[in-house]
Amino acid sequence: MVAATFRIGCGAGFSADRIDAAVTLIERARPQAVVFECLAERTVAKAVQARLADPEAGFDPWFEERMRAVLPPALAARSTLITNMGAANPAAAGRLARRLAAEAGAPDLPIAVVEGDEVTEIVRRLDPPFLDRLGRPSVLGEAIVSAHAYLGAAPIVDALRRGARVVITGRVADPALFLAPLIAHFDWAADDWERVGRGILIGHLLECAGQLTGGYFADPGVKDVADLAVLGLPFADVEPDGNATLGKPEGTGGRLDRLTCTEQLLYELHDPGAYQQPDATADFRSVRFTELGPDRVRVEGGRGRPPPATLKVVVGYRDGAVVEGGISYAGEGAVARARLALAILRERIDRRAIPVLDLRTDVIGVDSLLRGAAVAPDPDVRDVRARLAARVADRASARAIGHEIEALWLNGPAGGGGASWSAREGLAVASVLIPRDLVRPTVSFVPPA
Amino acid sequence: MASLRDLATARSGDKGDTATLGVVCRDPADWPLLAGWLTAERVAAFLAPAVRGPVRRYELPALAALLFVLEGALDGGVTRSLALDPHGKSLAFSLLAMPLPEEILTRARCRRP
Repeated sequence: MVAATFRIGCGAGFSADRIDAAVTLIERARPQAVVFECLAERTVAKAVQARLADPEAGFDPWFEERMRAVLPPALAARSTLITNMGAANPAAAGRLARRLAAEAGAPDLPIAVVEGDEVTEIVRRLDPPFLDRLGRPSVLGEAIVSAHAYLGAAPIVDALRRGARVVITGRVADPALFLAPLIAHFDWAADDWERVGRGILIGHLLECAGQLTGGYFADPGVKDVADLAVLGLPFADVEPDGNATLGKPEGTGGRLDRLTCTEQLLYELHDPGAYQQPDATADFRSVRFTELGPDRVRVEGGRGRPPPATLKVVVGYRDGAVVEGGISYAGEGAVARARLALAILRERIDRRAIPVLDLRTDVIGVDSLLRGAAVAPDPDVRDVRARLAARVADRASARAIGHEIEALWLNGPAGGGGASWSAREGLAVASVLIPRDLVRPTVSFVPPA
Repeated sequence: MASLRDLATARSGDKGDTATLGVVCRDPADWPLLAGWLTAERVAAFLAPAVRGPVRRYELPALAALLFVLEGALDGGVTRSLALDPHGKSLAFSLLAMPLPEEILTRARCRRP
């Protein structure tokens, strides 16, 4: 018999998320499924570079610590774990998960790995136009690191139906990580657009973890959040029709109410009537939140319709080098001294003819974050930092600019302190669409130890 | 001086070179007032020149909220931007600094604590 509701929690909304909060979620709320969403847009391309250097690398850098911490409570609560921490190497992550499960006393735990999201060769062959920059992948030539498609829920559903208790994927659409266990549990049809749309809605609300329960929200004196240091992660009690009640574990900090839910519903949304996902195009325009009690919010009214025939692909490419640094000033005239330092830097870079592709300067404390009319004319701020960032073609140019930043110690305005700089390889992403029938996800189970 | 922060909360998001700003009324009763005043044109003008592309506005009356989608607002996108805050996470608080006209404030239901 299908239980009245299915409890699904979110144990991570990004790679560096808090591990102790996930343990608390599993121990106190005992969700039937817990999702760890850990892949940002360019993470997979970075992971591909790591895998090229070491065939057993290329998955999430916190995978081992996170899994070691959450496996014992998940085994005790009989929670299924679903994560995209496999990044560019789900198979290697699966092998490590096998060792960690054995350590936790469950050497036979069914662990599944989803692959088939890497579509680099397909993208090179089709060469579709970029959605968010000029040109096509061919203009990037050998700078392309990898291309990965956002998979839908289907391969995860397949793994769960075959008994998987841990599912490790690479690139999958974030809401699909949450939709999959709902489809598997309630046996929703893949073309039951209304329920699939509601599952996507639940995934969208949960996928950023603490951002639903009071993280990214507090504004002291205006929007207060209790006990943020012990912020609780969210879960949803989902009903067979896809409507749900949201909650967070007893005794944790944070807040869950109309405002936190509405802010998160709108987060990163481009069109509330057409949230395009591989499994459906969801429509959030009729969503309603009802506060049932402290930290209990009912969500209803999600809808869906068929998805597009294409899948979104993120193409990662090498993009020169980026150098960033600065020097700080205090007291009266601090802003003027910071502006003088930046003018000197620009002139020295010009005089040495260091080739620069893009350059930006800011005065931190005045105009590094504020935009438009919110920027005040140079205020009497007495504690500022001059900052310069530049994109250049190569490491040598980055070093030359970094050297000029450091030279400000003895060769710049009075009282400059804390000069520092760093350089990194530039790694950028751009998106394309490819026909979905060209992408063939696979599911495999990791052999027992 | 009164600002949008007195009437509403806001959260920034990012996708590529597009920034999103969800604006939610503290008191749902203020939605008609906010929707009538906080137009896409006002938002674009206030944040200029940081926003290069068009600004679209979506109305969500059932949620007492507005969603603004700002194209070309992130200096080429998170992975190419040289900004200190490449995601534009802080952008919501630039918008919340928008001065609130006296006639809006006097008609608003919400009173900041």
